[in-house]
Amino acid sequence: MKAVVAPQRGRGFIVAAIAVAFALGALAQRGGLVDDIASYSGDIIFLTQQHISLVAISGALAIVVGVPLGILLSRPAMRSVAESIMQILNVGTTVPTLAVLALAMTFLGIGTVPAIFALWLASLLPIVRNAYAGMRAVPRHLIEAATGMGMRPLEILLRVELPNALFVTFAGIRTALAINVGTAPLAFLIGGGGLGELIFTGISLNEPGMMLAGAIPTALLAVIVDYTVGVLSYWAVPRGVNPLR
Amino acid sequence: MIKLDNLTKAFATASGSILAADHINIAVDEGEICMLLGPSGCGKTTTLKMINRLIQPSSGKIYINGKDTDAYDPVELRRSIGYVIQQVGLFPNMTVEENICVVPRLLGWDKSKAHKRAAELLAMVNLDPALFLSRYPKELSGGQQQRIGVARALAADPPVLLMDEPFGAIDPINREVIQDEFRKLQRRLRKTVMFVSHDVDEAVKMADKIAIFRAGKLEQFDTPDNILAHPANDFIADFVGTDRTLKRLQLVKVVAAVEVTAPQISIDHSLEHATAIMNEHGGEFAIVIDDAGRPHAWLAAGGSHRDGTTVAARSADLPGTVTVDDDLRTAVSLMFRHAVSWLAVVDEAGRFRGCITQNGITRLLGETYRAPGAP
Repeated sequence: MKAVVAPQRGRGFIVAAIAVAFALGALAQRGGLVDDIASYSGDIIFLTQQHISLVAISGALAIVVGVPLGILLSRPAMRSVAESIMQILNVGTTVPTLAVLALAMTFLGIGTVPAIFALWLASLLPIVRNAYAGMRAVPRHLIEAATGMGMRPLEILLRVELPNALFVTFAGIRTALAINVGTAPLAFLIGGGGLGELIFTGISLNEPGMMLAGAIPTALLAVIVDYTVGVLSYWAVPRGVNPLR
Repeated sequence: MIKLDNLTKAFATASGSILAADHINIAVDEGEICMLLGPSGCGKTTTLKMINRLIQPSSGKIYINGKDTDAYDPVELRRSIGYVIQQVGLFPNMTVEENICVVPRLLGWDKSKAHKRAAELLAMVNLDPALFLSRYPKELSGGQQQRIGVARALAADPPVLLMDEPFGAIDPINREVIQDEFRKLQRRLRKTVMFVSHDVDEAVKMADKIAIFRAGKLEQFDTPDNILAHPANDFIADFVGTDRTLKRLQLVKVVAAVEVTAPQISIDHSLEHATAIMNEHGGEFAIVIDDAGRPHAWLAAGGSHRDGTTVAARSADLPGTVTVDDDLRTAVSLMFRHAVSWLAVVDEAGRFRGCITQNGITRLLGETYRAPGAP
């Protein structure tokens, strides 16, 4: 049996994160920053929970909407409109998330709901794009073989197309969640809470301890989410179509 | 078994409609291999795909076992027909076993029955089940993949097999091997096979019937020997090649050309006795046989001999022998290699059965041209 190895990218992140953490830790200790940061432990726990729920809700909604949307666009019946819709979505990706947040605030007011909406929108696009591309990349002859053997369209979708598109789809989810976690601190700007509260307040007050109390958990969270999705795709994608296994 | 009745397919294109298949009439008997042959774009694949309704015919009927295929649900129909394509189309997300079991599982077989069948089929295509059942397609060579493609098509034991250039993407050496394996398998299974190919040699080797297509029309439908001996028009004569008569050699077994003219003498005979036999017989040579009836050497007629010389001292080694089951191509090739005009023929046990001669082969192949009604 092969040993369980984390996907290459995830491992790189971990090594880098540990190195950075050590360097920062050494610096922080000397400047008394560690005690500073520790004094925010109550806030850190509360805001991290809030941050996670922002990411989890918006990310889950993006997956639930994005994957089926990508699959739907890949259907032969949608062929004529699929490319134009993908173009619109591509243009959508270029709009900065901060602008999306501002727009969301205009329509939905302040608080958690517009924050989740903006994060959902920002992470939706890579998911749809990859699910669509993955489905379209399934070789024609596989579908022909499946049809010729007497599979019905739903059986072909579930047993041939989806498994073969899964790896690319997972890559999209991973990218989307990375964007999501990284963007989530901005939610504070429209009253959505999360670790952005410590970061932005720390910046405003020129309070490095407070800033780091927000930044370090945010960074850790990004690493953990990326690693988790990596491991998940390693195990969830069948070995025959998983280049990592 | 399979009957195509005025089968027609018209595709609409920007420049008007194109007839990809134009009133095709073919009847293939049970257990036969019918080759659909022709240059690319001639309609052979379209015709094949109409049989399992991957392409819907514009008009005409297809009967399998006398039953109109329009009467079936297309999905049910396809599950009862084996299908092999050139790209193999093994599902990369499934193991070999899962690939083979696709149709059995669709038909609702239970897991253990399907597993047993997969192992049995792998053994049938000469792959070790213990080694291959749990592999993924990406872990197989091209030849192994195509063997599994064939096994998968046979999984639910369908009476009819459709094969779309199944061995086209395999290197020539492996292709020969797989063709031979498939022929052997077919002799046992007696499936009714429709086989698309653009390779005349493959068709001649495998087919009971050959249908040659050009631009959507069926140009000739006949046995391989008739197509090679009597091509219906210049296009077919061209397509099967100027060496078509040589290709016929591989259709005929040695047994058909055996002549039992050469006298047999024993290794222990005196030369005098041997000469007497040969004179009486009137041949140019005699075959020296050992006690078990195996041809041992040969002895030329004439030549002086002193008393007391034995056959053993004067006979020459045979250049080689062919068995009754070899085809004439093998025999002629052996003749040319040894620059001889005749060869001794043996049966499976190695016993002498007679001789074949270049003249005899020429006569045999020429018969069809002298037959009444031949052009």
